[in-house]
Amino acid sequence: MNKNLGWKLIIIVAAVLLFVYGIFGVPAGLSGDALANALVSPSAMRHGINLGLDLKGGTHLILQVQVNDAVNFETDNAMESLKAAFKSAKITYSEITKPDPNNHAEQIVIKGVAPESRSQLQESVQAKLADYDLSPGTENSWTVTLRPQALNALRDGAVDQAIETIRSRIDELGVNEPIIERHGLGQYQILVQLPGVDDPARVKEIMQSTAMLEIKLVLGGPYSSEQEARSAHQSDDSLILPSSAVSRSSGDTGEEWYAVTRTSVVTGRDMRQQGASASRDEENGTPDVIFNLTNEGGRKFAEFTGAHIGDKLAVVLNKKLREAATIQSQIHDQVRITGGFTEQSAKDLAFVLNAGALPAGITYLEERTVGPSLGADSIRAGVRAAIFGMAAVLVFMLIYYRAAGVNADVALILNLIILLGVLGFIGATLTLPGIAGVILTVGMGVDSNVLIFERIREELRNGKTPPSAVEQGFGHAWITIVDTHVTTIVSAAILLIFGTGPVKGFATTLIIGLFANLFTAVFVSRVIFDWVLSRKAVGEALSI
Amino acid sequence: MEFFKSANIDFLGKKWYFIAFSLIFSVAGVLSMVFWHGIPLDIDFRGGTQVSVKFSHAPDVNAVHQTMDRIGYHNARIRTLGGAGSNDLLIDLPQQESSAQALDQGKQQIINALRTNAPADKQDINNSSSLALSAYLLQTDPLHLSTDAQKQYAAIAQKIADYRDKTKGGVLSSFGDLKGLVDPTVVTALQQGFYLSDFGVYNVAIVGPQVGAQLRKQAMLATAYSLAGMLVYLAFRFELIYGVAAVITVFHDTLITVGAFSLTDKPISLTVIAAILTLIGYSNNDTIVVFDRIRENLKLMRREKLADIVNRSINQTLSRTILTAGLTFLTVLALFLFGGEVLHGFSLALVIGILIGTYSSIAIAAPILVAYQDWRQNRSKPVVALAGKGKGR
Repeated sequence: MNKNLGWKLIIIVAAVLLFVYGIFGVPAGLSGDALANALVSPSAMRHGINLGLDLKGGTHLILQVQVNDAVNFETDNAMESLKAAFKSAKITYSEITKPDPNNHAEQIVIKGVAPESRSQLQESVQAKLADYDLSPGTENSWTVTLRPQALNALRDGAVDQAIETIRSRIDELGVNEPIIERHGLGQYQILVQLPGVDDPARVKEIMQSTAMLEIKLVLGGPYSSEQEARSAHQSDDSLILPSSAVSRSSGDTGEEWYAVTRTSVVTGRDMRQQGASASRDEENGTPDVIFNLTNEGGRKFAEFTGAHIGDKLAVVLNKKLREAATIQSQIHDQVRITGGFTEQSAKDLAFVLNAGALPAGITYLEERTVGPSLGADSIRAGVRAAIFGMAAVLVFMLIYYRAAGVNADVALILNLIILLGVLGFIGATLTLPGIAGVILTVGMGVDSNVLIFERIREELRNGKTPPSAVEQGFGHAWITIVDTHVTTIVSAAILLIFGTGPVKGFATTLIIGLFANLFTAVFVSRVIFDWVLSRKAVGEALSI
Repeated sequence: MEFFKSANIDFLGKKWYFIAFSLIFSVAGVLSMVFWHGIPLDIDFRGGTQVSVKFSHAPDVNAVHQTMDRIGYHNARIRTLGGAGSNDLLIDLPQQESSAQALDQGKQQIINALRTNAPADKQDINNSSSLALSAYLLQTDPLHLSTDAQKQYAAIAQKIADYRDKTKGGVLSSFGDLKGLVDPTVVTALQQGFYLSDFGVYNVAIVGPQVGAQLRKQAMLATAYSLAGMLVYLAFRFELIYGVAAVITVFHDTLITVGAFSLTDKPISLTVIAAILTLIGYSNNDTIVVFDRIRENLKLMRREKLADIVNRSINQTLSRTILTAGLTFLTVLALFLFGGEVLHGFSLALVIGILIGTYSSIAIAAPILVAYQDWRQNRSKPVVALAGKGKGR
């Protein structure tokens, strides 16, 4: 045996040991259960194979973050500060509006500015709104637009903040290994996967309770229908909101609608950290919630309430009017929400406010629940198919290629070990299509061996000696193998980029399997041939 | 053992048979897509609500149909899962809810409608989550726990839910079964608040309209990029016409596979798309093996006609083509037969795809090369030097 061959054998044995460790780590025992357990649990240097939601059961949700809410919030504030700035700079205008708050919330239009105030206008916009661009329009109007960069930062920030908020809420459920991450390609969506949770309704309730709190000025109400409220308040600045059931007196089942300002005086963002607490009303002892404002929020609120004594304020929770109360005196930094609370609901609201308000509303796009028994059935079916498929291929190769079939079989088994080992090292998620990917890798992996063996047979038929036939066979087949692998990896990579969940799992196993196959079918199989040839006398026939 | 020692079949001479064969299947598929079943999409792409229900007895599908009719779902599709005599039903509602708020409305309506003779004051234990069970136990406190009540009741509730879902397959048929599992006082407490229905929902998928549209777009893009990637790689490794021939071949395979799904009215899901993309890779594999051989032979046999060289190359690789196809087919067949309900569509696409993919690399890809060269010669242009790029040894 030549020296080179010895080194190659050592590399192969080392690879086997390494990847077997990748699959099992150091198992507690050698029984089936101990091995199955070792397979999925992490140990030093390896993450263990994760089972996908389709295999272990659980809840899967896709949420859409209404990033437009965050943009509207920002531009509403910008409108307010523009109005204040124009007032102090004595710039006259006829109106400030948002022409399209649903599709272009980043645009504010100022109409009817006197031509001589042009430079003053530019100055105050630049001073107050650093992230905005100002451009002139027709008939003395000006458009203020949030810069694309700032707009994107705002939207991304809304998604990040929503993820953080949802995570802190989900932690309350005590779920093992929840996945809460961005989903899709730039559509402001969030993927939530909760293994073992079988109750999406409860999960949604908890996430929904990440409340969006706003305090707005009441313009009119209550009205008994939405139409009535709408016809009384047609201005773009007003918003028609229903009141939530708890704010109504008992026995009154009719609807109530209010008109409030589109802009908020203060919101959950103006709340001091951990600033909300459940408390009791001093006079009658009913439960209520108080929350403390930040210094800046408090200043803003004091200024506003001072100027609006006698007007009504609306406490709006998740776009529903929770309470409307008259401003009795200037309020500085503490807001008290009363009425309709039980002790528990007051505590819940305080908790939710502290956990962080969602910067934007969320809607649900997709909901899936996989029962644990289905997952177990799928694993059983997948493993059974893998064993049958693998056994059929191994037996066939032995019959068809005799001794050389052993090469192919060793290469195939090694391929499987490397594939599972890599999955274990990187902590990849194995899904049901992923198991199918493993099976398909076996089928396609054997292709390289067949290509090589057929070529060797052909060279032998053409009268070449066994060593030269092996040499030529591998040489010719190698080019084809590279071409076929590259194209398949290209399709799999595209799946990895575009696919979701289970399909991604499939692409991952297929790609790893194909790379492993380059090593096993070409390198390992060749080493075995060389080793067999080195033990044969010159001119002795090859069993293939 | 050897199947094809020295195959010498005139494949190119049979091209009219091949064209007829491919045309029949393609046209049948296209006709079905346009006039008959359309392209049947699974819930992933079309949106809607899909609920898998396990009954404690074999369900009466007609009765369930009537129940769905009664609650206004006239176009619900209902089928038994896993063959005759099975206790499982798949209820499929098309996209209805326009508002995302009511995404899970259909699921709730199905559960409510299937409940017959439900006591008004009790909950259904077979469709209660462990969280709901735990909340109920915490409220009634049958064990009079003082410390850690929440944790302990959560553990008990989980145990009951696991027993129901994993051991009993989703449906409890008697409270007595729980007696050995948890404290008898817990069972008594549960009996006061819960009743046993004859079904359990174990799998739910609800897909909103937006996601369906988004996924359809992604699937189209993924397929298009996959084809484009292939075209570019082959144009770079061989010549443009090889890439074009491979893409036409793969398109032919995809068309026939999708056509087969349309003809049999089997829904195309995300995993079926994954299978189709795999099949694109696989079919291309076969095509490249033949092309590689043509490239090599072009260098060795410069004087011969392209048609002869192509024929020779197909015959030389025939043994490998059939063997690989057969072996891959074996593994895919194992998936199809033993892989279970969830992988059914996936493995069906591969079973069809591997047969068609193998056929097409012989019957479609190589003849396109010859047809292209004949066409160039008829226009009396110089013969293309098909060899050249790539290092054939």
